[in-house]
Amino acid sequence: MKILVTAKRVEDPESKIKVKPDGSGIVQEGLKYKINPFDEIGVEEGLRLVAKHQGEVVVVSIGGKEVQEQLRHALAMGAHRAVWVNHTGPLDQLAIAGLLQKVVEKEKPDLVILGKQSIDDDQNQVGQYLAEFLGWGQATFASKVESLESEQEKNKVPALVVGADGKTVRVIREVDNGLATLECQLPAIVTTDLRLNQPRYASLPGIMKAKSKPIEELTPAKLGVDVTPAIQVLKMSAPPARKAGIKVADVPALVEKLHNEAKVV
Amino acid sequence: MPIVLIVAEQQPDGNLRKATLNAIGAGKQLAEKAGAELHIALVGKDPAKVADELKGYGAKAVHVGAAPELEHYLAETYAPALAALAQELKADYVGMASTAQGKDLMPRLAARLRAAMATDVMGFNGSGADITFNRPMWAGNVFAEVKLTTPVKVFSLRATEFPAAQGGQGAAEVKAFTPKVEASKTKFVDFKEVKSARPELTEARVVVSGGRGTKGDFKEIEALADDLGAAVGASRAVCDAGWVPNDLQVGQTGKVVAPQLYIAAGISGAIQHLAGMKSSKTIVAINKDPEAPIFQVADYGIVADLFKVLPELRSELAKLK
Ligand SMILES: Cc1cc2nc3c(=O)[nH]c(=O)nc-3n(C[C@H](O)[C@H](O)[C@H](O)COP(=O)(O)OP(=O)(O)OC[C@H]3O[C@@H](n4cnc5c(N)ncnc54)[C@H](O)[C@@H]3O)c2cc1C
Ligand SMILES: Cc1cc2nc3c(=O)[nH]c(=O)nc-3n(C[C@H](O)[C@H](O)[C@H](O)COP(=O)(O)OP(=O)(O)OC[C@H]3O[C@@H](n4cnc5c(N)ncnc54)[C@H](O)[C@@H]3O)c2cc1C
Repeated sequence: MKILVTAKRVEDPESKIKVKPDGSGIVQEGLKYKINPFDEIGVEEGLRLVAKHQGEVVVVSIGGKEVQEQLRHALAMGAHRAVWVNHTGPLDQLAIAGLLQKVVEKEKPDLVILGKQSIDDDQNQVGQYLAEFLGWGQATFASKVESLESEQEKNKVPALVVGADGKTVRVIREVDNGLATLECQLPAIVTTDLRLNQPRYASLPGIMKAKSKPIEELTPAKLGVDVTPAIQVLKMSAPPARKAGIKVADVPALVEKLHNEAKVV
Repeated sequence: MPIVLIVAEQQPDGNLRKATLNAIGAGKQLAEKAGAELHIALVGKDPAKVADELKGYGAKAVHVGAAPELEHYLAETYAPALAALAQELKADYVGMASTAQGKDLMPRLAARLRAAMATDVMGFNGSGADITFNRPMWAGNVFAEVKLTTPVKVFSLRATEFPAAQGGQGAAEVKAFTPKVEASKTKFVDFKEVKSARPELTEARVVVSGGRGTKGDFKEIEALADDLGAAVGASRAVCDAGWVPNDLQVGQTGKVVAPQLYIAAGISGAIQHLAGMKSSKTIVAINKDPEAPIFQVADYGIVADLFKVLPELRSELAKLK
């Protein structure tokens, strides 16, 4: 099985994000960067599937040369090789999905796994755009019934179930009020949710090996995709702050406040 | 006249998902700013009952497409059906509530319309043809004003930011159309509903949420929720551990709620959690750590053991009755 997994470079979720005073962007100084957590889950799922069904995991990232760090991280986890689409500057979902479409057409994977959303832009779009562009089935927000503390998880059992004939994949999705199960014909698009798996750490030998794994460089021009953005971020601002609250001494004081001041009980 | 098309959502039980009314409310705001007409779309196997319900919200028309192939929601079948309608109407704006279905469907629909999309829109600026969208980024740490430059503009709506549309505003024309049906490479297998007698998390007036501090014991959280007629929510840590169903997760990557009262017990207040509840009217935090970040957003904080506070809170609240 050949599995293509995307790896976006994003700010560490632990970072404190501040808007620049002129609203043109965020303050970059002091920020650490990581692979988008949902993409790390995607890499893990790819590795589990390949451990079970053989094949290879190819990881792809779009961005400037710094995204090689995220590709190396995925390679250190165990991905086999990487594709880097070298582009600096803003990209929108149409462009990202357009570029990924070309990479998919070139690589011909059986399955593409993306994160359900990037934790910087929080758009939750690229997987669905890509599925439509390719005319493939989509199963977004992939999850599983077993918890992250379960035996299955400890044994690194893949949550995505490939059919015995290798032609379908069964996906359990997190939706409103429950879990939905879909069966997609392969090739298909899956986007990960938080409970799909707990990604492994990159081992020291993994990190060493990753250094010699190949990263193929492509560009939007080589792929023949016009990446002029159709989304303009005009201005960023800090959200309105909540007014400071108080600490109350005990429960009767709390109930008194809720009843007489906030009037919510 | 430009056209704003709002997509309505039917729940698996056939009823209208309430967030649809907030989306219609948002659609009205947009239509006013853009000088546009508001239309509503609904597709499914049996949408007639809900279509009738949608008549009274002041839309110009409710477009209803019924087909047996649309029995179970799939992005792959709903997107072509809705895209064909949007094209026929020459809709300029297509939007839907950011429910699980909205998040799954709208980007696929946008891709089909070659449209750019804004997710989780909280408001609109500008007028006429020059409309921009407000949306959160970085777990709500940043509000961005974005402009979509494609001819058709697609968006999903953060329901908590828009008042629900009010009924009784005349009768929109209900127009049946034959939805475009395309074969799907995906098969619906099943839907396992997590049944709960409590109100919907995103619709409740009061939400009582528990975090890792509960150590998985939700009895007191649930009892307080039931006394208050509240919904139960949770932090990611709790859902990851499998202590409560996943769809109770409040936050950046879970549900966004804005109840009158949000009670957070044993939740530290990570930025990802705050992203989902910061717009609540009144926030109460119960945490034994006085430094927990949740206190920075709480109107009323109490530094104590939740297993002591919750039972006492129940008995004090009972005295009010
Ligand atoms: C400060 C700032 C300003 C920006 N300004 C603009 C602007 O003016 N115009 C504009 O068009 N765009 C702009 N962008 C970028 C743009 O909004 C998004 O980064 C891009 O559209 C992808 O959307 P997303 O990451 O929210 O995708 P989502 O749909 O949330 O991502 C889902 C998944 O898609 C995959 N994915 C997304 N991006 C990549 C990638 N680069 N490489 C590999 N996989 C990826 C990942 O697997 C991810 O998990 C700006 C971004 C920032 C941070
Ligand atoms: C990509 C990504 C997405 C995420 N999305 C979300 C999201 O949508 N929603 C979300 O919630 N999180 C999300 N998170 C996780 C988030 O960063 C935090 O890890 C999580 O919210 C912590 O949950 P918690 O507050 O329950 O646990 P902890 O941070 O462990 O806090 C437990 C708290 O309980 C208190 N406590 C312990 N015992 C008691 C007691 N007996 N009485 C009173 N207080 C007690 C402690 O003082 C502590 O403050 C996300 C993280 C990532 C990386």
